[in-house]
Amino acid sequence: MSTAALPAMGLDELGRGSLAYRAKWWLSDAWVITLRNLRRVRSQPDILVSITLQPIMFIVLFRYVFGGAIGQSISGGDYAQFLMPGIFLQSIVFSSIFTTGTGVADDMKRGVIDRFRSLPISRSSVLLGRTVADVGLNAISVAVMIIVGLLVGFRFEGGFVGAVLGLSMMLFFGFAFSWLAAWLGLVVPSIESVQTVGFMFVFPLTFASSAFAPAETMPGWLQAFVNHNPFTYAVDTIRAWFNGSEAGSDAWWALGWAVAILLVFMALSVRTFRRATTK
Amino acid sequence: MSPSRGGSAAIVVEDVVLKYGKTVALDGLSFSGEEGRVLGVLGPNGAGKTTAVRILSTLLRVDSGHASVCGVDVARDPHGVRRLIGLTGQYAAVDEFLTGWENLEMVARLFRLSRKQARERADELLEQFDLADAASRPVKTYSGGMRRRLDIAASLVAKPRVMFLDEPTTGLDPRSRVGMWSVIKDLVREGTTMLLTTQYLDEADRLADSIVVIDHGKAIARGTSDELKSMVGGERLELRVRDRSKLAAAATAVEAALKEAPSVDVDAGVLRASASRGAAMLPDVIRELDEAGVRIEDVAIHRPTLDDVFFSLTGRAAEPETLNQPDETDAAQPPANERVEESA
Repeated sequence: MSTAALPAMGLDELGRGSLAYRAKWWLSDAWVITLRNLRRVRSQPDILVSITLQPIMFIVLFRYVFGGAIGQSISGGDYAQFLMPGIFLQSIVFSSIFTTGTGVADDMKRGVIDRFRSLPISRSSVLLGRTVADVGLNAISVAVMIIVGLLVGFRFEGGFVGAVLGLSMMLFFGFAFSWLAAWLGLVVPSIESVQTVGFMFVFPLTFASSAFAPAETMPGWLQAFVNHNPFTYAVDTIRAWFNGSEAGSDAWWALGWAVAILLVFMALSVRTFRRATTK
Repeated sequence: MSPSRGGSAAIVVEDVVLKYGKTVALDGLSFSGEEGRVLGVLGPNGAGKTTAVRILSTLLRVDSGHASVCGVDVARDPHGVRRLIGLTGQYAAVDEFLTGWENLEMVARLFRLSRKQARERADELLEQFDLADAASRPVKTYSGGMRRRLDIAASLVAKPRVMFLDEPTTGLDPRSRVGMWSVIKDLVREGTTMLLTTQYLDEADRLADSIVVIDHGKAIARGTSDELKSMVGGERLELRVRDRSKLAAAATAVEAALKEAPSVDVDAGVLRASASRGAAMLPDVIRELDEAGVRIEDVAIHRPTLDDVFFSLTGRAAEPETLNQPDETDAAQPPANERVEESA
């Protein structure tokens, strides 16, 4: 080959060395794969459409179609202010399920996964690169929703700090659900069923919560579920921060749930991925 | 390449068994490939070629037996093996939604090249594989041949010591196939150790230094292409005589030229004889026939092909044209040992 000598830099130590050294490369590899996943979106306009148009439709639907009826049960009557935190979070979780779940399932069917698996990199960095890229896509989604939210009358009454806290919690929650979706993408046999199964998980979780209507308006048996739903904790926390009130223990519950979901499904996904062969 | 055969074994597969559920994909497979040479693994769909490559490239684990690459055991140190190898699979292992350049740059970064080195390496490989013009196009717009070339380029990013090429030309049109052969020959000239699987007998013939024929998860023959061919006999001369009444005269003439009596097929008007000197005996034969006043309708020298070899080993043809069966684990059939064993 008429090539300049390849630097053997690091090659001999690939996958070896101290823990800190390996952690550094694990993150570096995950970042390379994150960039790969973000670059791919340019050739997959359907993903951009689903993370931008779908939330806009939901906002318009709830704000104007259902909003008039539901809004009357809100104390103070300002439904836009009540709705946006819930709809933002719901959209983030939906798109995490969609992009991560189908992304992982799709990767597993393609030849490129053999490339990754035959490279001297940590296999879990492939999954981390996927979920981190989806945080990036969720951020795009959030930006679009903030603009639309402002247009339909929503305001960050909690100021800058409240907004940043709320948005961070939202993206972190999305990140946790991306790992749940990654695991589904690994264990469910087809892309279509990943979506179906994913939404079976997420639909009751998001709708049977305090996201769209106050829990007090629901029958008692449903309230029991709604009040312990991790999604309710998260929505109540974000709503409090956006509106400039105290989130109290809800914030800890929300954070605890997100960390628990993250750790459990990260462990499950990494284990499944290590053992998986191409479907 | 030097004719000496002093290379040590860079690729070793020893008594490997692998089952998918109840289906035995590999049934005590053993073979080895020398450093700096091309080992051809030849067999029909479902024989276990891809499974063997996936074991050597650490994508599958063996149920029993051993496999190693450059002395590194695939089960004990898979990471160590991954540093040494380049894999080009049956599906091109490239990302269709990235451009060709992005694919190579990504692999280079994952091999821990710096940003600058990765860019240079990507440019260099695109140039080398004649893809520079398509560098910034998404791979999904590439032709099959271009994808395979990009795939090979991606396997070469870190200059692997051993390359696995799993059916590199399956599904390619004839022109791309010839292009791929020249790419492979260039790699061979540079001394890359290579394992090449193929179901095309002419491909193994053309590219491989030594060949192992596998069927139903077992090696059923090994040797150079010539050695395998000599198993079914050497070259043969076949002559058709226009005037059947001159057959006897023709036989005498051929015997005079070859010092060996040909067999005579009276009905077809054909003479057959073994041609140990190959085409070199033709002028002698023609001269003798001419002097005897025999006019010939047709003359041919038959070289045995690996098809003949496969047929003589297994008693059946090598079914090469089932292109729509990329995943041979699906096609793995229960082993039919009796037939294989008696002919091996």
